[in-house]
Amino acid sequence: MSAPASGGVPILRLGDVLVTGLLNELDDTTAVAFTEELTNRISSDGARGVLIDISRLEIVDSFVARTLMELTTMARLLGARVIVAGMRPPVAITLVELGIQLTGVETALNAEQAMAAMGWHQSLQPSGGGLGEFRPEH
Amino acid sequence: MGSAEAAARERVTSVLREEADEISDRWVQLQLAQPSLDGEVSEAELGEEADALVSALLSGLDLGLPVERVVTSHEEMHRTVSEISMRRARRGVSPTATSLAVLSLKEALLEAVQRRTREGDDLFPSAVLINRLLDSAGALSFETYVEGREEIIRRQSQQLLEVSTPVVRLWRQVLAVPLIGTLDTARTQVVMENLLQAIQEHEALVAIIDITGVPTVDTAVAQHLMHTVNAVRLMGADCVISGIRPPIAQTIAQLGIDLSTILTRATLADALGEAVKLTDAAVSDHAPLDKR
Repeated sequence: MSAPASGGVPILRLGDVLVTGLLNELDDTTAVAFTEELTNRISSDGARGVLIDISRLEIVDSFVARTLMELTTMARLLGARVIVAGMRPPVAITLVELGIQLTGVETALNAEQAMAAMGWHQSLQPSGGGLGEFRPEH
Repeated sequence: MGSAEAAARERVTSVLREEADEISDRWVQLQLAQPSLDGEVSEAELGEEADALVSALLSGLDLGLPVERVVTSHEEMHRTVSEISMRRARRGVSPTATSLAVLSLKEALLEAVQRRTREGDDLFPSAVLINRLLDSAGALSFETYVEGREEIIRRQSQQLLEVSTPVVRLWRQVLAVPLIGTLDTARTQVVMENLLQAIQEHEALVAIIDITGVPTVDTAVAQHLMHTVNAVRLMGADCVISGIRPPIAQTIAQLGIDLSTILTRATLADALGEAVKLTDAAVSDHAPLDKR
């Protein structure tokens, strides 16, 4: 696979955290391609954390929920921790009403807090032009 | 029968046309004489209502509609009767007084017809006609009254729903929802929506649900609480339930409801302490320099 086949979902690397986000509804092929690329990137980049931002998703059905759960399990097997960030209130309510629990999936309010949970934090004074400072987890 | 009815109708119409003012004045007096009205509606308002109703009745009869349908089909008549009943419903006049008020127009009308009719034989068909005409007005008035009351009840329960579920910010990144009253599906929905919205707005890390004001916790209520907690967790915040009184703790244990995955505290104060600890831990663990 030469070109990224994740359906146009970019995966960025910040330190040893991979940052990605779901943009719109996932279909089967995109989901498979996304899972494949993400797991490959985790192992090739030696990532310790994966941040998946879902703040653009207006609908999360059982399929997307299962994909997220599977991704979490796969990443954990590869030694990385997954945080799903930015779920919208209506989405959370729908998931709860459908009885879908994202078992084992860590959540965060937004990407910023997810990054903080991964050990990345904003410093008050911008030092050396950098916006953030990365502290590896102990 | 047809001709007798037509003659009666003719007679009533002409009486209404010629004695409109006397009839409406008399009607106002009859209503004022009723003790149950209790000054809820002023005399001036009664006069206005009477004039409107009498002229609506006259134009309805002039249109040549069947007697039974004058009230239901003639728009002006329908509106006037509805307005009269709606006004009384809003002022808290009793339903009996409301329909009696409309029905007492019968008396005023009959008296006027009697004054103008010498023949006893002519009086009876007129009385029957007036009865048929105004009984439906009485029924309509009652119906509108009930509708008016139901509207008030609906609005109040909606207000209660909004008033009873405020989300307050207790501390930096700590929100609380004091729940008062029984927790049903509709309220859970409102609480959940408000809470999740507030969590997103304030970027809160911990939400405290205080159930001091919830009288009983059964399996359904526990289910609703669990749903709310799960939704909060999906958003990436944590949830503490506080205000569990001893009897409630006993019920929960006896019913075998499993709340072990949820952090619970006896009082709101304890829960706040716990919440502050949780937020401090989150801040100091990950961002020791960040003192926002």
